[in-house]
Amino acid sequence: MIDNNTMARLMPVILLTLGATGLAQASTLEDVRDQGHVRCGVNAAQPGFSALDDEDNYRGLDTDVCRAIAAAVLGDAESVRYVPLDSVERFTAIQSGEVDVLSRTTTWTSSRDTSMGVNFTGVSYYDGQAFMVASDLGVNSALELDGADVCTQSGTTSELNLADFFRVNDMSYNPIVFDSPEQAIAGFEAGRCDVLSSDASQLYSQRMQLPDPDSAVVLADIISKEPLGPAVRQGDDQWFNIVKWSLFAMINAEEMGITQANVEEMLDSEDPDIARLLGRDGNYGEGMGLEADWAYQIISQVGNYGEMFDRTVGDGSEFKIARGLNALWTEGGILYAPPIR
Amino acid sequence: MTIQEKMLEARPAPKSTVGPVAWLRANLFSGPVNTVFTLLGLYLLYLLLTPTIQWAFINADWIGTSRDDCSREGACWVFVNARLGQFIYGLYPGSEIWRVNLTFATFAGLIAWLAIPRLPYKRWVAVATLVGFPVLAYFLLYGGHFGLRVVETHRWGGLMLTLVLAVVGMVGALPIGIMLALGRRSQMPIVKSFCVVFIEFWRGVPLITVLFMASVMLPLFMPTGVSVDRLIRAFIGITLFQSAYMAEVIRGGLQAIPRGQEEAAAALGMGYWKRMGLIVLPQALKMMIPGIVNTFISLFKDTTLVMIIGLFDLLGIVQAALSDSRWLGFALEGYVFAAFVFWVFCFSMSRYSQYLERKLHTGHKR
Repeated sequence: MIDNNTMARLMPVILLTLGATGLAQASTLEDVRDQGHVRCGVNAAQPGFSALDDEDNYRGLDTDVCRAIAAAVLGDAESVRYVPLDSVERFTAIQSGEVDVLSRTTTWTSSRDTSMGVNFTGVSYYDGQAFMVASDLGVNSALELDGADVCTQSGTTSELNLADFFRVNDMSYNPIVFDSPEQAIAGFEAGRCDVLSSDASQLYSQRMQLPDPDSAVVLADIISKEPLGPAVRQGDDQWFNIVKWSLFAMINAEEMGITQANVEEMLDSEDPDIARLLGRDGNYGEGMGLEADWAYQIISQVGNYGEMFDRTVGDGSEFKIARGLNALWTEGGILYAPPIR
Repeated sequence: MTIQEKMLEARPAPKSTVGPVAWLRANLFSGPVNTVFTLLGLYLLYLLLTPTIQWAFINADWIGTSRDDCSREGACWVFVNARLGQFIYGLYPGSEIWRVNLTFATFAGLIAWLAIPRLPYKRWVAVATLVGFPVLAYFLLYGGHFGLRVVETHRWGGLMLTLVLAVVGMVGALPIGIMLALGRRSQMPIVKSFCVVFIEFWRGVPLITVLFMASVMLPLFMPTGVSVDRLIRAFIGITLFQSAYMAEVIRGGLQAIPRGQEEAAAALGMGYWKRMGLIVLPQALKMMIPGIVNTFISLFKDTTLVMIIGLFDLLGIVQAALSDSRWLGFALEGYVFAAFVFWVFCFSMSRYSQYLERKLHTGHKR
């Protein structure tokens, strides 16, 4: 997910030179209410995360996060203006106030968090580099890949991770580097390599581009940390909290078993945690400047985290990505949200 | 001794010198080397065309609604078909599409009027095209007046956006280009140096840099909260960039007009604008047609670069559609479609320019 080009590396310098960090901001929340929609920076084309469907709607996990924020703030999940952003442009767009939130498969790294003038609000998808192999090869683990021809893309951190992984495990490999994901999958399909390596989320969508998707499997091994999450501009803590807790609310809802379908019944639940989340007991939206029913709006219009995951990248989608790390902490994953109280 | 009293009937030329067979012999099989190369060429063509035709037509799937309707043995035109509305109109709301159609129908009508020699009132139609039409197009496409609802520019896309960008670029660049070209030939030092600096600056940077600056750097210089619409940024960038190129094409044309023409006009007592408008430019523009059309065609194709600033032109919307999870893996079909549409437009422009050249031909060509 990291485009390793010069512009991206120069960006912090440019931002700092212009003194763009720490600009005095009007309240983003007020701006959003005035304009009547949340301006959300998304990827123009990332299958499963944000992609245009035939009815002119953006669909995907990243865009659903935007919809959740809009539901919490404005009470209407459809009040989102999507701004398609380039990987270099994205930080400028959030810096300059062209978008209110950036939800664009952006990896949370220390340099981005500290020198780009943005704050990451959490992790919406734990991604990482993985391997895809032809299923008739019979490989079950990445450690069986000694001597393999590995297709990957140039200019990404994938190349570097790959070298590290094979060196650490004392294995040899032969890298075959392509310029774009389309070329890489074409090379894999043509048999130029045994293994295709990229971020797991991308591998699943590349797999779908094969004439027979079942002819390849994505191995469970993950060799790098790529936590993807939404980011906001530095200097507006209220808005930071809103975006952060919108995601937490979805995770908490899944943990409590509240779904889009049963949220109406859950309004009458005796469980104090549920009553607090849905705004029946106390007003936990107040501290963020939101209505008491902010979380109810998210769940009734967008659903909980699990529903969002299934619909966009999980079993309910074409990709069938396993929950893996993205499962709740109670179910073997690392998804854990602080409680609402 | 016989005397031929009647003229002999003209006999047809020998079979070997006319007709297709003769043409083949003269052009393709005139000697052993040519024969070998002809056969080799035919064989290569066969190798190349057979799979292409197989893929694009014979094995292709044309009807259906989802990827399951595609056999994957040939092209899946179902994908293009299902997305056609989006490819042409972008995200323009379905109920408002008539406005786009009306705008482009009007434009086509005006251009046709100008192109067909028999129709009268050319001058008025030209004024309507250059002045009236942009205003009409703005009200129709953007809306906000006369009970039309506003369709914001982030919903514009596809072929419609490509055409809008190209037409705005062309209509804007030509007059600015003429002014810059005249300015660069001017005797006035300030005007001259301004034009030289302007042209050299804009011609010296790639369009992609201009667009990139407009989208990445410009917002950083603006006060927070103030943002210029992305499409406007693209319009300004493309127009300024293109006018610099146009200026040099026009200057080339101006230099081809002998100095005597201008001197003769001056001798008749004409002022600068009359000399230019009545004597020099009409002769020069005629000679510049290939150059101008060349610039227009390259601009038309360059509009695809707006993709990097998040505008979905035809190519951009095709690429966006390729990542829809329901339609993964049809990249080739999408790109072939985009290439075909671009080719149709560029080829028609090129044919029209050839027609114009013939029409305006007054013996100036050598």
